[in-house]
Amino acid sequence: MTANERGMIVRSAAAAALALSSCLFGGLATAAEAAEGSGEFPPFDSSTFASQLLWLVLTFGLFYYLMAKVALPRISDILETRSDRIAQDMDEAHRLKEESDAAIAAYEQELAEARNRAHAIAQEARDASKAEADAQRATLESELAEKIADAEASIAKVREAAMKEVGSIAEDTTSAIVSELVGGRITKAEIASAVKEARG
Amino acid sequence: MANDPISQFQISKILPLEVGGIDISFTNSSLFMVATVGVSAAFLILTTSGRGLVPGRLQSVSEMCYEFVADLLRESAGSEGMKFFPLVFSLFVFILVANLFGMFPYFFTVTSHIIVTAALAMLVMSVVVFYGFYKNGLGFLKLFVPSGVPGVLVPLIVLIEVMSFLSRPISLSVRLFANMLAGHITLKVFAGFIIMLTGALGVGGAIVSILPLAFTIALTALEFLVSFLQAYVFAILTCMYLNDAIHPSH
Repeated sequence: MTANERGMIVRSAAAAALALSSCLFGGLATAAEAAEGSGEFPPFDSSTFASQLLWLVLTFGLFYYLMAKVALPRISDILETRSDRIAQDMDEAHRLKEESDAAIAAYEQELAEARNRAHAIAQEARDASKAEADAQRATLESELAEKIADAEASIAKVREAAMKEVGSIAEDTTSAIVSELVGGRITKAEIASAVKEARG
Repeated sequence: MANDPISQFQISKILPLEVGGIDISFTNSSLFMVATVGVSAAFLILTTSGRGLVPGRLQSVSEMCYEFVADLLRESAGSEGMKFFPLVFSLFVFILVANLFGMFPYFFTVTSHIIVTAALAMLVMSVVVFYGFYKNGLGFLKLFVPSGVPGVLVPLIVLIEVMSFLSRPISLSVRLFANMLAGHITLKVFAGFIIMLTGALGVGGAIVSILPLAFTIALTALEFLVSFLQAYVFAILTCMYLNDAIHPSH
């Protein structure tokens, strides 16, 4: 705020004060003039006191009565009901929260149990299928082994039979060759001993 | 004179009445007392008639008034003081609404008359004195003897305390009366300047009168504040005096 502005404010305030006092006195003078007719400065005019007091007593008394008997008990009732209701709702909310916490705990426990059970069932199934597969494989293997053994036995038999035939075939062949070559008679016994010799 | 700042306090008879030589006419002052009581009682009763669990806007206003005064009284006079709650509440609302009614142009300000404020102050002081003696017996006189004062000083202190007690109704009533009176005179004077300047100086005066117009607007805002503040001050002092009646030994 510049000094100029401050000066202006001070000047206007002074002017206002001056005007205020002159108006006040003017007003008082007017009131004093009026005093000859009806009275003095109105707030100090005692002729109006009785009426003001009476009407104040009547109106304020009625107001006090209405406040004390109707308005205030009603508002206090409203506020009390509300605070009761809020407390009740808070209790209810607490109770519900506890309930939901319990429900969550139970749910989680159940979930864990179910998970364990699922694990157990899966393990069981796995074990069972594995055992079955093992058993199947074992029977298959034993069957195969049996078949192999059978086959080997028949092969051996065939081979033995064939080996047995080899002697007589060789004797026949030899007698045929010899008879073709020599044309003579060579006994079967000689040929057999020769074949035996050749075969070692 | 149209802008005589005093004429607004003039009491005029609406319905002349006289009983036993005493003038008890229904005046403009009586009219505004009736209006104050009617409007505030109707507002407080009608807005709460719904007893809404969730308050509407108007019901909130009534509840705020209630809690404002209740907190005021409970803080100053304790829970024992709550038996005077209807009195303090009625005083606060009556003075507040009467002050605010006075802010309307052409309306009469009930609280701008010393007899009204003095009557309200005397009501408070008589409640304090009667209840003080009723509840504490002669112990109420301890109010005038603060504890821990050296014996020599007691007579002097008692004298001062008695004088301060006796001046309470005067200060209580004059504070409200003078504030309302001075505020309304000042408003009227500044508003009167605008008319005087314009009337006397024509266009130039009209331009200069922007200044008093600005003052009038600022003062109007101030007067609304004063209206509330004076009702508040009256109520809080009532609470403190009632506290003296309830707990005289301080």
